[in-house]
Amino acid sequence: MSQESFPIDVNAESSIQSSSSKARSQAITRLLRYSALRLVALFFTIVVGVYVTVLIANMGGHVDDIRRGAIRENVVLAASLDPEFRQLPDEQRTAIIQERVAIQERRFGLDQPFIIRSFVYLRNALTLDLGFSEGLSSDSGSRLVKNIILERLPSTLVLFGTANLILFFVSLFLGLSLSRRYGSFFDKLVLAMAPTSAAPGWFYGLFLILIFAGLLQVLPFGGMVSAPPPDNPLEYGLSLMRHMVLPVSATLISAIFITIYNWRTFFLIYSSEDYVEMAKAKGLPDRMIERRYILRPTLPNIVTSFALLLITLWTGAIILETVFNWPGIGQLYFRAIGIFDTPVILANTVVYAYLLGVTVFLLDFIYALVDPRVRVGEGSQGR
Amino acid sequence: MNVIAARLRQIRRYPSAIFGLVIISLLLIVAVATPIFIPYGEAVRLWRGGEDMWAESPRNAWPIWYNWFRSEKLPATIVFDSADGDGETTLENLSADTREARFIYEFDFPYDDFPPEMILFSKAEFDEKQPHVEMTWFTPDGREIRAGEFSPGPSDSFRFAQDSRLQRRLERSTGIDDILVEEGMFDDPEQEGLQVLKGTYRLEVSALLFEEKSNVDVTFVSYGLVHGIAGTDHRRRDLTIALLWGTPIAMAFGLIAALGTTVTTMSIAAIGVWFGGWIDAFIQRLTEVNNIIPLLPILIMVGTFYSRSIWLMLGLVVVFSIFGLAIKNYRAIFLQVRELPYIDAARAYGANDMRIIFRYLIPRILPLIIPQIVTLVPGFVFIEASLAVLGLGDPILPTWGKIIQDANSQGALFNGFYYWILEPAVLLMLAGLGFAMVGFALDRIFNPKLREL
Repeated sequence: MSQESFPIDVNAESSIQSSSSKARSQAITRLLRYSALRLVALFFTIVVGVYVTVLIANMGGHVDDIRRGAIRENVVLAASLDPEFRQLPDEQRTAIIQERVAIQERRFGLDQPFIIRSFVYLRNALTLDLGFSEGLSSDSGSRLVKNIILERLPSTLVLFGTANLILFFVSLFLGLSLSRRYGSFFDKLVLAMAPTSAAPGWFYGLFLILIFAGLLQVLPFGGMVSAPPPDNPLEYGLSLMRHMVLPVSATLISAIFITIYNWRTFFLIYSSEDYVEMAKAKGLPDRMIERRYILRPTLPNIVTSFALLLITLWTGAIILETVFNWPGIGQLYFRAIGIFDTPVILANTVVYAYLLGVTVFLLDFIYALVDPRVRVGEGSQGR
Repeated sequence: MNVIAARLRQIRRYPSAIFGLVIISLLLIVAVATPIFIPYGEAVRLWRGGEDMWAESPRNAWPIWYNWFRSEKLPATIVFDSADGDGETTLENLSADTREARFIYEFDFPYDDFPPEMILFSKAEFDEKQPHVEMTWFTPDGREIRAGEFSPGPSDSFRFAQDSRLQRRLERSTGIDDILVEEGMFDDPEQEGLQVLKGTYRLEVSALLFEEKSNVDVTFVSYGLVHGIAGTDHRRRDLTIALLWGTPIAMAFGLIAALGTTVTTMSIAAIGVWFGGWIDAFIQRLTEVNNIIPLLPILIMVGTFYSRSIWLMLGLVVVFSIFGLAIKNYRAIFLQVRELPYIDAARAYGANDMRIIFRYLIPRILPLIIPQIVTLVPGFVFIEASLAVLGLGDPILPTWGKIIQDANSQGALFNGFYYWILEPAVLLMLAGLGFAMVGFALDRIFNPKLREL
């Protein structure tokens, strides 16, 4: 009936359709431009962050030591491969090595003032080109810091990727359904449980290990797959999942109540907005109100709050992996601390900066996708 | 201020907040009382004093109240020290220069399990001739077992478990091969297998002194499987001291960090908003960079490379948390407050910038930061614990996190020493819950938008 009384509407709709392809391409350009700008900005922040890390590390000359160690190792290696060199007497050999090390140190600029060196270090750190570790080695036997870290990165990503995806969707769904059932028993339960999120994941991990591995003996104490690792990919996957149950649950327990609580509150605030009341008055079905009038306008904020949560979870990963003996970069970090392996500690800090940067960028990108202001071109200067 | 006080009184309406307040008060009382009754030096001595300090405590013993929940009672530690006048001591002259000192220690053993270790410590004074010590063990059923002999040096110990002749004698007397000495001494031979014979045991120690000035003091320790209020760790240390001293440290760390961070963040946000321009932009960019810098890894780096002092860590935590995401929230609020008419009024009467910031802008949002401070405390308490769990705890002070780290590195969960992890964990949990509960209630009181929900 409304269409009959307002025939102009039909015209308007067709005109919108004809220009929609143009609008879409414009929106994509804006989206790309926004993302590119964010990427540049984030890269710049990562550079500054890593530079600060390098500065802190080198206040005690630790980066210098890494560089000197790497140079010496290379020189000695090159010299020992030379058959003529091996026949020389001891003193002469040391003298030659000393000389070559000095030349190399000059070549790499170790005799230059710190301000210049610091930028060289910055480049090395950004490319994870931090030479050889002092004690740790990768499972394949490499002692290159880059290899050690890259080898362990997938395990960390599997564990925290899974935990965070579950956390995101479960809490979103439950938050929405609780906001509908405001005041119910479950609502009050979540409210009462929210303070438990004050403790980090590793803390609940201790309890979970105690109960499920220690007392009930149904799940493993730690590790990523059973030893020896199964050859069959299916069995490998099952074993991996069995080992993932406890660490993932620990992460979930520590974060889920507060996340549900926040989103429930958030949805409740937004569901009392005038336009929602208006939609209700129009008699739209609940699902549609939820999707179009509550969820849609709040998505940017949801994404932002999730970004903050991820940042805290990443840093908590170091201890969670240690507690669960999970062979990721967090546990590597812990081991590197134990034996004062400077290059690995430094590289790990840089990797964490990257991880945070990538997380923030991905969420910024999703933010751009869901925030109409970016597509229409208003909010292109960022949050 | 009256408004704030009136709002605070509303907390009575939240039972969980009352519960939280009770927990916080108890923790604060412990935090204040501990340094008074166990001064810093004494605590450090008790925790890091060396082996002698803890020699008379068992290794990895459960807390004493663990027995209340068990039908089979675990043995407690039994100590007789002749220097303290425990037991019966007699001195007898056998000949001109030979005397015999007899120490009789009688004790009740009502437990269902065997002690893990038995040691006789001795301190002897002599010039040339060492005294000679012989021990006899009397069981409740009237058996008499020669329990070893040795000639003690100035400071010596006799471990019953290492006496192989005693072990063989006990094998014969109980009829069980490869029996442990501690088990054999308390086993009931009438029963099949290992079974504790309950009743009164007696250890007689006879020391022959061959010099006029010679003297000997002996201490008999039958180690328990339960010990003290909090149990002991792998180095025989009583956990009570660490749990008690962990409280003031955790409280101080959490409260100082939360207060310092919030107040500084708020002031910086206010200054940025008020002056605007490049100052505001600089603060904004700094916040973004700071978000990319991972706090815990930086703390770890500083901890490994420079110093593990808890106060340095505290300072770093505050510095890195100042430019946190809270600054954006405060900024948003200050941007609104700046436009209010009373600020214009202040400017009209000629108030300078600092006066406006600290007397007009900041007081306006004080109610908002009260829940913020309380909610932040648990996070910082757990940061301290996290660092300790990574082995970067303060090198001297005992803290909750360091107990967890000790326990974890000794495989406490795997070996079944659950108390070792549970005690500090429960305290951490209580601290975290207490502050979080109060913080939640305060948030609802001071945030009217939440209160309606």
